[in-house]
Amino acid sequence: MTASSHRRPDTTRSAPFFFLLPATLLFILFLALPIGYAVWLSFHKVHVHGLGLGTHARSEVWAGLANYADALTDRELLHGAMRVVGYGCIVVPVMLGLALLLAMMLDTERVRLAPFTRLAIFLPYAIPGVVAALLWGFLYLPDVSPFYYVLEKLNLPQPDLLDGGPLYLALSNIAVWGGTGFNMIVIYTSLQAIPAEVYEAAKLDGATPLQIALRIKIPMVAPSLVLTFFFSIIATLQVFSEPTTLKPLTNSVSTTWSPLMKVYRDAFGSGDLYAAAAEAVLIAIATLLLSFGVLRTASRRNRQEPTP
Amino acid sequence: MPYTKHRRLVASAVVVALGATALAACDSSDDQGDVQSGPVSLTYWSWAPGMEKVVDLWNKGLGKKNRIAVTVKKQASGDTLVTKILTAHKAGKAPDLIQAEYQALPTLVSNGALADIAKNVSDVKQKFTDGVWQQTTLGTDAVYAIPQDIGPMMFYYRADLFRQYGLSVPATWDDFAQTARALRQKAPDKTLTTFSANDSGLFAGLAQQAGARWWTISADKWKVGIDDAATQRVAKFWGDLVQEGAIDNQPMYTPAWNKALNTGKQIAWVSAVWAPGTLTTAAPATKGKWAMAPLPQWSKGEERTGSWGGSSTAVTTDSKHKDAAAKFAAWLNTDAEALNALAKQSGIYPAATSAQLSGAFQNPPDFFANHTDFYSKAADIAETTAPSAWGPNVNVAYTSFKDAFGAAAKDKSDFRAALRRMQADTVADMKKQGFEVAS
Repeated sequence: MTASSHRRPDTTRSAPFFFLLPATLLFILFLALPIGYAVWLSFHKVHVHGLGLGTHARSEVWAGLANYADALTDRELLHGAMRVVGYGCIVVPVMLGLALLLAMMLDTERVRLAPFTRLAIFLPYAIPGVVAALLWGFLYLPDVSPFYYVLEKLNLPQPDLLDGGPLYLALSNIAVWGGTGFNMIVIYTSLQAIPAEVYEAAKLDGATPLQIALRIKIPMVAPSLVLTFFFSIIATLQVFSEPTTLKPLTNSVSTTWSPLMKVYRDAFGSGDLYAAAAEAVLIAIATLLLSFGVLRTASRRNRQEPTP
Repeated sequence: MPYTKHRRLVASAVVVALGATALAACDSSDDQGDVQSGPVSLTYWSWAPGMEKVVDLWNKGLGKKNRIAVTVKKQASGDTLVTKILTAHKAGKAPDLIQAEYQALPTLVSNGALADIAKNVSDVKQKFTDGVWQQTTLGTDAVYAIPQDIGPMMFYYRADLFRQYGLSVPATWDDFAQTARALRQKAPDKTLTTFSANDSGLFAGLAQQAGARWWTISADKWKVGIDDAATQRVAKFWGDLVQEGAIDNQPMYTPAWNKALNTGKQIAWVSAVWAPGTLTTAAPATKGKWAMAPLPQWSKGEERTGSWGGSSTAVTTDSKHKDAAAKFAAWLNTDAEALNALAKQSGIYPAATSAQLSGAFQNPPDFFANHTDFYSKAADIAETTAPSAWGPNVNVAYTSFKDAFGAAAKDKSDFRAALRRMQADTVADMKKQGFEVAS
């Protein structure tokens, strides 16, 4: 750079940075700073002197990795994580399976009332999670549920859906009911994007509808399946509102049922923001590792078997 | 009053420990230099329904004269509000006035969030009973809040069904257990009541009645007595009833619970003075069929009760107008017009004794229309409230209660084991924070 040509080109060169400024500023203010503060909190704790009374009885001290060590050795957090894995093992396959099936059914030529059906399946997604959980919660309570009324009239067994194993089904059902529509739309959209010539060629070759579905449709929507799988995993790890809403209805859901519920309890029930921050950071790391793991395996597989 | 002595003991135990706080709090609260120099505007965090309307009375009357305007900001009740206040206080931005439950006061005081308003409110003490007032002073010379409402506990029962099944109102807890069993025999599809693990305040109140003192101070150390003999007795009593199936084990405040009360599947409820409001929405079909009696006692002839609920108005250390705020807090909780409005708009049962029989409380609640002596009986019961002993981490004990007793009620297992867990969780949390705890 020469001194004479310094001024003018510099303003042009810095123009992109001006355009970036709003986004960067927002990113720093509302993402980087809060995350940084949470991480900072997670390395600190409150230390109370003596009886903890008086104005200078509390001080914030460096805790090192103590909060992390506590979180990692906390049995409740571990149990919560295991409960969520169990819950995810039901939700993810059932929800995505149903979404794929419904999308392919809607995509067949003979389907009638397609727009209406599409909307009907999608509609539960528009209902807020808390409302859905309340709604289903009432349906699960034997004394007020119309289902139980019918079961009783028919002399059929009435399982307690808010306890033990059935509780997982009850919770999964809420997620599946609410999430299937969204995933179906994603898959359906990519089905619609498959060019008609592909089907024509297949039909000329004598492929049955089932073969078309298995050999053409599913491989071609694989990227959107990966995407929906990715979203579902994240949503599962962050499950919070459904069990929290069901909690007052039953003794079976504890305040630490899922890891995020424990974070909430520690922050707002016990007032220990430091421990809650450490747990939140751990959950974020676990979520990142898992979702990137999923994406990486998926992209490696895609590279090995390129779509026809 | 038979319990004054007991009360004084508790008070003096806490005095020793909190003396330090009072001194420390004094020098920090010297900076309140507002002498009604200009118009003052205050923010008040409260969850009471209709509080804006009560505050309007102030803003249009006394507040206008003194140029002190108060704005209400509606909040969620309970532990989340405590966290919110502490967070705001950390930033030095807590509102001038807050509504705080009695059991949250030690936590707030130990975080240095509450101002000592003793010099502003010296004339209001006699409007409250000693037991209630003691909770706001924590037994010191300081005053950290002004009592607003109280929740003395009582026994509610379906008078018609009690008559139908030939049951009599239990005078002792043994009678209560017998009544529960007798009902099971006479009507197997009904239960007397349920043990609910979703409101820790109920259990704390029952323990308080039995004479439990969960947090005390001796020799400069906290002593946690959640697992003490009195509470163990309460836990075992309810655990045994659940285990033998004499009462239900499902939580309260669910649609199923509402239905059980509304259809007479559950025919009694151990509750507090605010129960008529809850029953009005939970069991509308049973209007006029309920009656109220004092809580069953642990030994015959005793007269004591616990409290479930109740809150106070406090001034924060962040307030720049502490004198004005204290003036408002005193007006809100002692002025006849304000108390009347509070009763009407927010449906609270006032802590101020003069208001317990006046205005809105001359007639029984609508739901108990034929129970003409409802509020005079309530005032008598309120006077027998046992002293309470709150500590700096009630929130932790309360959450632990929900989980431990929820699981125990579900499994019908030993409630005393759940109580031990509650004690262990509470002590562990205090030790983790660095409190001196006697083991």
